Amino acid sequence: MSDKNSSAEQYWRANLRLILGCLIVWALVSYGFAILLRPLLAGISVGGTDLGFWFAQQGSIITFIVLIFFYAWRMNALDKRFDVHED
Amino acid sequence: MSQFTINMLFVGGSFALYIAIAIWSRAASTKEFYVAGSGVNPVVNGMATAADWMSAASFISMAGIISAGGYGSSTYLMGWTGGYVLLAMLLAPYLRKFGKFTVPQFIGDRFYSSGARLTAVVCLIVISVTYVIGQMTGAGVAFSRFLEVSSTAGLIIAAIVVFFYAVLGGMKGITYTQVAQYVVLIIAYTIPAIFISIHLTGNPIPPLGLFSDHTQSGVPLLSKLDSVVRELGFQDYTADVPNKLNMTLLTLSLMIGTAGLPHVIIRFFTVPKVADARWSAGWALVFIALLYLSAPAVAAMARLNLLTTIYPDGAEQASIRYEDRPDWIKNWEATGLIKYEDKNNDGRIQYYNDAPAFQQTAQERGWNGNEMTVNNDIIVLANPEIANLPAWVVGLIAAGGLAAALSTAAGLLLAISSAVSHDLIKGWIKPDISDRGELLAARISMAVAIVVSTWLGINPPGFAAQVVALAFGIAAASIFPALMLGIFSKRVNSIGAICGMLAGFISTVVYIFLYLGWFFIPGTATFANTEANWLLGISPLSFGAVGAVINFVVALTVSAFTAPPPKEIQELVESVRYPRGAGAATGH
Repeated sequence: MSDKNSSAEQYWRANLRLILGCLIVWALVSYGFAILLRPLLAGISVGGTDLGFWFAQQGSIITFIVLIFFYAWRMNALDKRFDVHED
Repeated sequence: MSQFTINMLFVGGSFALYIAIAIWSRAASTKEFYVAGSGVNPVVNGMATAADWMSAASFISMAGIISAGGYGSSTYLMGWTGGYVLLAMLLAPYLRKFGKFTVPQFIGDRFYSSGARLTAVVCLIVISVTYVIGQMTGAGVAFSRFLEVSSTAGLIIAAIVVFFYAVLGGMKGITYTQVAQYVVLIIAYTIPAIFISIHLTGNPIPPLGLFSDHTQSGVPLLSKLDSVVRELGFQDYTADVPNKLNMTLLTLSLMIGTAGLPHVIIRFFTVPKVADARWSAGWALVFIALLYLSAPAVAAMARLNLLTTIYPDGAEQASIRYEDRPDWIKNWEATGLIKYEDKNNDGRIQYYNDAPAFQQTAQERGWNGNEMTVNNDIIVLANPEIANLPAWVVGLIAAGGLAAALSTAAGLLLAISSAVSHDLIKGWIKPDISDRGELLAARISMAVAIVVSTWLGINPPGFAAQVVALAFGIAAASIFPALMLGIFSKRVNSIGAICGMLAGFISTVVYIFLYLGWFFIPGTATFANTEANWLLGISPLSFGAVGAVINFVVALTVSAFTAPPPKEIQELVESVRYPRGAGAATGH
């Protein structure tokens, strides 16, 4: 394997790790906090209801936005670090 | 000025704007027609994507569905936004790097098979045509309610406007009209939301108002709403849902389905670079969230408003007399969206949940059945009137509803026409067609698509309500897994991908037909569509996620037992993974 190949391989693996991390958070806030784990969060009250309800109707959407911008920012930095960015 | 004149001014003004944009942004080449020359700024594309995505259903119906369903309907909020996370990480940047014009083209090239491309074209057309019917009927409804023209005449006017900018400008014209349509629809949605939030909670920001105290009673708004609906026999607004498996799968199906919708994916072909595609997905979700974060506030507040209108002295006291009902109830009764029947002849409106568990209380109160039915769409459509807002806000809602329907319709029509002219004509029937010839073919197929969808909008097939399940289910079970495997696996080969797509498509469609009728023909359902009959409690709407899993498993298994893809295909997969060298989108 040449250097170029192993660097390309590293870039792709770094991307996969980043995607995996982001998807864990993505699943945790929506399927976790908002649906399956809601009974566990029932004790934490937010404006007349519980934290699970807030995640279902507000929190998960806000987290999704943060995740996409975080991913774009990290990936664009990775592109430069591994010298695969455009122009 | 009469309400009718004001509505005409708003709708006419917005239409004039769309036509002006169409003339300014004519497409001169297939590249401009299909992908707006790949020169769209990522923030602008984000805004256009938001309008492309938010349909008549998001604008008119979603708040009403949440209003009726409470916590259980949060699936739509999460499902229709979470797909953008998948798009941003799993599809959009790589498909932009691939740099072609259509979704079937990627599937055809990656799986080196015109059979795969054709399968993708069929899926795309089924998804987009079923989806566009809903938009056209939505536009017709908005016309007939606000502009006092028949919905057929309204539809034809709308079709002519779309024809103008979509046929002339292609993706270029559609992009800039979608930006204008986004501005119209978000203003129309937000202004009534802010007013109702101030009115009920004193907080001008609706998403914060939802979790604030109800000014009049001093208790949190959601607690107040829970206690009012409980008094009337409804389930608590914030009550948990027993069938968590179905709720999870429905959310997942909507997310995967969103990410697999071709008309959304092709919007990311219009930005200049791979990095822009990533940013653009983020901006799209920001613009979508402006509506989606307000919608649950509108839902809860409008429901409380509606109930306090009917029970002005509290839900445990006598309800309003029919003759004292406010003007907005009279106005919407005329359209049939609110219906009243005095079942116990006391001259008052009893609005409550007619469930067996509530029978005794109802009898004690001298009630003889629920007397008012309220269509879900009322929550958004009548919101300005319920909150006593000036007439121009009502005009804005009319223009906003039309903007939401037309922007989505245009995006879908482009996806259909590019699949016909680029994948079928250029890719299969006549590969040596010139660029000018293909541009003409694209315009003709766009025109035909508009005529067909207008006709379907005027004569909607009886299954119009079920098509959402079909469109999302097929997108989730066929398109999304094929695209994702094409990028993330070098091992999946042609036969594996085709078997996977067919298995996902067929299993999902069959599951939907089993409960909703074969080809949606009434009376042909094999099982009654009730929770007790569903396999493991999975509703037909939620099956797309299962179909996607079937697709993944079949594609990977079949590929494992057959020859790996040729070397140049593995190099193609390599090349879409690295941003450098994306260049401009080309058709060749």
